Amino acid sequence: MQTFDLEAQGLRALNSTLHAQAETTNQTAWEIVNPKGAHAIAVGLDAPIEVNVKGSTGYYCGGMNKQATVHVHGSVGPGVAENMISGTVLIEGDASQYAGATGNGGTLIIKGNASSRCGISMKGIDIIVHGNIGHMSAFMAQSGNLVVCGDAGEALGDSLYEARLFVRGSVKSLGADCVEKEMRPEHLTILEELLERGGCDAKASEFKRYGSARQLYHFNIDNAY
Amino acid sequence: MTDQPQAPRTAPIQSATFSNPVNAEIRRAAATGIYDIRGGGAKRKVPHFDDLLFLGASMSRYPLEGYREKCETSVTLGTRFAKNPIQLDIPVTIAGMSFGALSGPAKEALGRGATLAGTSTTTGDGGMTPEERGHSNKLVYQYLPSRYGMNPDDLRRADAIEIVVGQGAKPGGGGMLLGQKISDRVAEMRNLPKGIDQRSACRHPDWTGPDDLEIKILELREITGWKVPIYIKVGGARPYFDTTLAVKAGADVVVLDGMQGGTAATQDVFIEHVGQPILACIREAVRALEDLGMHREVQLIVSGGIRHGADVAKCMALGADAVAIGTAALIALGDNDPKYEAEYNALGTTAGAYDDWHEGRDPAGITTQDPDLMARLDPIEGGRRLNNYLKVMTLEAQTIARACGKNHLHNLEPEDLCALTMEAAAMAKIPLAGTDWYPGKPGTGY
Repeated sequence: MQTFDLEAQGLRALNSTLHAQAETTNQTAWEIVNPKGAHAIAVGLDAPIEVNVKGSTGYYCGGMNKQATVHVHGSVGPGVAENMISGTVLIEGDASQYAGATGNGGTLIIKGNASSRCGISMKGIDIIVHGNIGHMSAFMAQSGNLVVCGDAGEALGDSLYEARLFVRGSVKSLGADCVEKEMRPEHLTILEELLERGGCDAKASEFKRYGSARQLYHFNIDNAY
Repeated sequence: MTDQPQAPRTAPIQSATFSNPVNAEIRRAAATGIYDIRGGGAKRKVPHFDDLLFLGASMSRYPLEGYREKCETSVTLGTRFAKNPIQLDIPVTIAGMSFGALSGPAKEALGRGATLAGTSTTTGDGGMTPEERGHSNKLVYQYLPSRYGMNPDDLRRADAIEIVVGQGAKPGGGGMLLGQKISDRVAEMRNLPKGIDQRSACRHPDWTGPDDLEIKILELREITGWKVPIYIKVGGARPYFDTTLAVKAGADVVVLDGMQGGTAATQDVFIEHVGQPILACIREAVRALEDLGMHREVQLIVSGGIRHGADVAKCMALGADAVAIGTAALIALGDNDPKYEAEYNALGTTAGAYDDWHEGRDPAGITTQDPDLMARLDPIEGGRRLNNYLKVMTLEAQTIARACGKNHLHNLEPEDLCALTMEAAAMAKIPLAGTDWYPGKPGTGY
């Protein structure tokens, strides 16, 4: 286990050290102490390493991650795991706005709640939230899966493309072109795997599925305001 | 029976307000129920660089010999924070245009031409293509609200990153790539179904305002090891404040795009009625940089309606470090060439006026994804033409600079200019020809 004191050694040293880890590195376990809400912790990683952040972080923790597992033992600020390509980002606490924004792949697990715009413009990432999510989540979400074990706020899935949304609790309102859809057996299979991956004890049968009505896919004057 | 003399009649008068083109648009709107979408920039006449003139040398100014004496054109962009600033041979860059809006061969041609000329080209709202990276010695990677195709590998392959906050054709607006242009390749790069209309959001998904942007820039610098310059591109809206805030957010370079700057597809009403001409923006942006003590420390690239070396020289004289061209580069490749007049006619338009770039039926094979049309543009020949055009622009700018006694384009200054109109004088803060005054000049009382 390599331990890195962020307060003492600084952000540039942290990220450059983590970036220097090769695909075949033996130093696969890292611990970051004293994060103290710093921004851009463990961004742009591209190696099969595990980074444990002992505390809460600021903006964009785990941004553009590839391969790595980033485990935050606290809460995270806006844009956690934004534009992630692969790997896993696991948050023990809550997440602020834009969690998993534009993510292309990998898994983002939030054990607490996520604020507004969770999964905005997601492009293939799987996001699993144990708690609730805020308003305008999955706005313009293109692909991937968003699993919410709690409730969803207003305007869920506004202007949605092909992302799948699974919500166990209530949905305050659906956004434009987002509709409830039939939960077919293949969706239950997908959801069961996601719940297992996210460490959730919920049952797939308790969820509803939401998706795009595909009525905004072609420009139509009736869609203009 | 005798003919009654006719009483004199009023001659028919066309309304200046309800002109024939205006009436035609009203009829079109009434018939279709949909607003007009088109490509390109503002077509209306606005105060522009044609309203400025260089004074040249005289008894009090000493010219340089036109062919023998050196007049440098190089520019370095990104000197504020980046470890590897961009060095360009000429101060004319190629503006961001997306793969999707443009064909693959067109993007390749832009890269080839820019590289031959010793300058940079820029990706667009569709990600970075291998042919564009492969043929561009200096490639600026746009970071856009849609994040189509965005990934850390391409980010690290880029020579600079341009965060797009807005563009001159539509400050405050997003984009639309209609389904006709969404081929398999475009769809795959954007992670969306083939054939559907694709919206590009008008604001970024994970930051709001300059305080957030400062943190976003920190993240991008950390991912790229603080190596490459970070540009911030804004439309010509509030240039003083936009430039001030871009510098505050940590930009190495500010890119300022006036309303004549083109777009692939936007509502005509947006293009023609939102934003300011670039002429009105440059001095305000320079004033912001000077007030911050950052003029020449943070470089300024301006764009929107730049056509020839005189425009380049005027931008430099007003305080810009470089310019960017988009529409002019496409014309150099062959866009709107009269040799396709019959085909333009068949599309209901004429060479020089064709702007339905979003429909993907471009006879010149540039703004299309149709394989047959795309094949009309030879990227090698296109690159040669663009290089020639860039060379001519540079030679023209040098000619003017030497006539003003300047041994580097950057040494051109406002004092070298006069304005032909009151509007241009006020916007560019350049004295009206024959006077030492411009509207709003400090100390003049009005």
